[in-house]
Amino acid sequence: MASHSHAQPVGGPLNKRFVTFMAIFLGVWAVVLLFRFIYGIGVVSGLTDYYPWGVWIAFDVVTGTALACGGYAIAILCYILNKGHYHPLVRPALLTSALGYSMAALAIILDVGRWWHIWRIPIGGFPDSFRYNWDSALLEVALCVMAYVGVLWIELGPAFLEKWKATSKSSALVGFATAGLKFYDKALIWIIALGVLLPTMHQSSLGTLMLLAGHKLHGLWFTPWIPLLFLISCVGMGYSVVVWESSLSSNLFKREKETSMLISLSGAMVVVVSLYLVLRLGDLIISGKTGLMFTSGWLSLVFWGEIALFAIALLILASKQRRSNFSNMLRASILLMLAGSMYRFNTYITAFQPAPGQSYFPSFLEVFITFGVIALEISLYYFIVTRYPILSGAPAEASAR
Amino acid sequence: MSIDRRTLLKGLAVAGAGAVAPVEASEKYAEAPPDAVGMLYDATRCIGCQACVTACKTANNLPGNRYNPPRDLDGYTKNIIRIYEGEDESSYMKSQCMHCIDPGCANACMIGAFKKREYGIVTWDPERCIGCRYCQVACPYNIPKFQWDTGVPKIVKCELCNHIIHDPDTGTLREGAMPGCCQACPKEAVIFGKYTDLVEDAKRRIAERPERYWGPDGEPKIFGLTDGGGTQVLYLADLSFAKLGLPTLGDEGIAKQAREIQHGIYRGFIAPVALYGILGLVIWRNSRQSKKEEG
Ligand code: SF4
Ligand code: SF4
Ligand code: SF4
Repeated sequence: MASHSHAQPVGGPLNKRFVTFMAIFLGVWAVVLLFRFIYGIGVVSGLTDYYPWGVWIAFDVVTGTALACGGYAIAILCYILNKGHYHPLVRPALLTSALGYSMAALAIILDVGRWWHIWRIPIGGFPDSFRYNWDSALLEVALCVMAYVGVLWIELGPAFLEKWKATSKSSALVGFATAGLKFYDKALIWIIALGVLLPTMHQSSLGTLMLLAGHKLHGLWFTPWIPLLFLISCVGMGYSVVVWESSLSSNLFKREKETSMLISLSGAMVVVVSLYLVLRLGDLIISGKTGLMFTSGWLSLVFWGEIALFAIALLILASKQRRSNFSNMLRASILLMLAGSMYRFNTYITAFQPAPGQSYFPSFLEVFITFGVIALEISLYYFIVTRYPILSGAPAEASAR
Repeated sequence: MSIDRRTLLKGLAVAGAGAVAPVEASEKYAEAPPDAVGMLYDATRCIGCQACVTACKTANNLPGNRYNPPRDLDGYTKNIIRIYEGEDESSYMKSQCMHCIDPGCANACMIGAFKKREYGIVTWDPERCIGCRYCQVACPYNIPKFQWDTGVPKIVKCELCNHIIHDPDTGTLREGAMPGCCQACPKEAVIFGKYTDLVEDAKRRIAERPERYWGPDGEPKIFGLTDGGGTQVLYLADLSFAKLGLPTLGDEGIAKQAREIQHGIYRGFIAPVALYGILGLVIWRNSRQSKKEEG
């Protein structure tokens, strides 16, 4: 079905300077992590008992997976709404999603204090297994994210198999790849369906999580609709990442831009963002919280900032003429990314006020650890697109820089 | 004023997620279990001697002593006494786990490390906990604490001295055994007992001497009778509990609300399975169509 015949590896040697820099950076990162694992989370972070979740959760996991929804957003468009012409975007989107989710999983391992018990989650405890707490939204998030990481890499499988089939010298590997590709021909539909279902479930549950914060979450952000708001906004963020990816890969690796596809994609975003704003504001007004919008001090400002980002993005995309221009699209997508990220940060950190007089600010090392996770992700992306058929569109130059 | 609208909206949110009113989810933990035990702390009797703080440390084998009293609960402190001082008014205040009737922490914990067990005591199981700290986010009273200074951290909170009062072999309460703090208190400012007895005791104290509990902030109130769905640790004081650092919670616990929404979405797992089937069919149809077009 999905014909990815145009996708080719970028090829060429790896950029030496880039590789050296990343190696050093990640080396230092590993040392910091060693400290965290030996001396505890308090040594490397600004987290406290009142703010047990900071940037690692709010950024790496909650915002990171939403930004990694490119694969989700594109899959909906291509396979569900049947806009087959988005195909060239599918693989790059899937790769960033797979990497983004894998890094979120890594961040969780770095964040949880008793990580050596993580393996008990999928089996529901040990030795008394299958005792799942279905009341917990976090269980749903954990199981879903674990499964989705697997599904994403499986969805990407053909990219690796194609390469092995074409170039491997080992006949066993070629045989494996051929058989694998045949299997995909039949099963991919159901894997893709899973790839749409799982994010639908856990992106909303990432919102449900904060329902339990109850009175600790400021009224402008606490609403029974959090699950739906998180779900809708992650689609917008996924779209933004696809726009960015297309632009970056065309600049860095000299690939053609898929402008026409992106324009129709932008049309769909108008609906998504409008829906979000109507629900967000409508809920506050109906539940009698209009006053809070203006009387919450600096949180009112934060709130309006958040709304403005969504609204301006919507205005840019609303006119067909404006959204046909690629730089407008880029602008709108930056705004949408910021808006969605800010909504998540506010829900998890800024508007989370556990007790009077308590505050949280991430420490230098805490942020550094997050940067390390991002650096690892970028390195892997770079490595994979140079080696495997991910990006499509003929290279404008024969070799990448 | 907005309560009705909020409930309505909540109902809509649940219905919108494709479910009917989830009954079991809301009726779980509607009231304290019949064998529930708890504590009653009467701030008007407390003299702030902190004997209970030291006794708690001893009973739970935690580092620290009375000459270096902790300022707040932490990874090594399960019980503290604080003082509130306003203009011409002051009061001591004890904090430890409230042993909620419908505990947010246990609702949050995905692996069941936090659980409401025999006698309604909320305990933590080191064999299960993965240290995600969701319990800290979910506790309305900010009770569970995490050990930030070690590579092998634990979650620490009052377990009503479960290891002292409860005989795991027979499953019964040990005759005359009490939590460390109740044992140590020279003024019986904090007492241990059956939940129903404690409720009666608190009501009797108010009935006998209402003026004692009738502070500048209004009528006498027993904190925990209904607050946040109710707690097995009850408080009496002559000031408003907000001043003493307790949150103002509705009568309906947040755990119940969250459960209703979560179970509404995932009721019987019907919605996800149905969605999966539909998605698969749509993709299958689409792919057949595009194959036809290609061929
Ligand atoms: S007070 Fe907090 S820790 Fe204690 S039972 Fe209630 S929710 Fe759990
Ligand atoms: S930190 Fe431990 S006890 Fe608390 S919610 Fe996570 S797994 Fe449960
Ligand atoms: S031991 Fe009793 S009187 Fe002393 S501080 Fe504790 S509760 Fe108050």
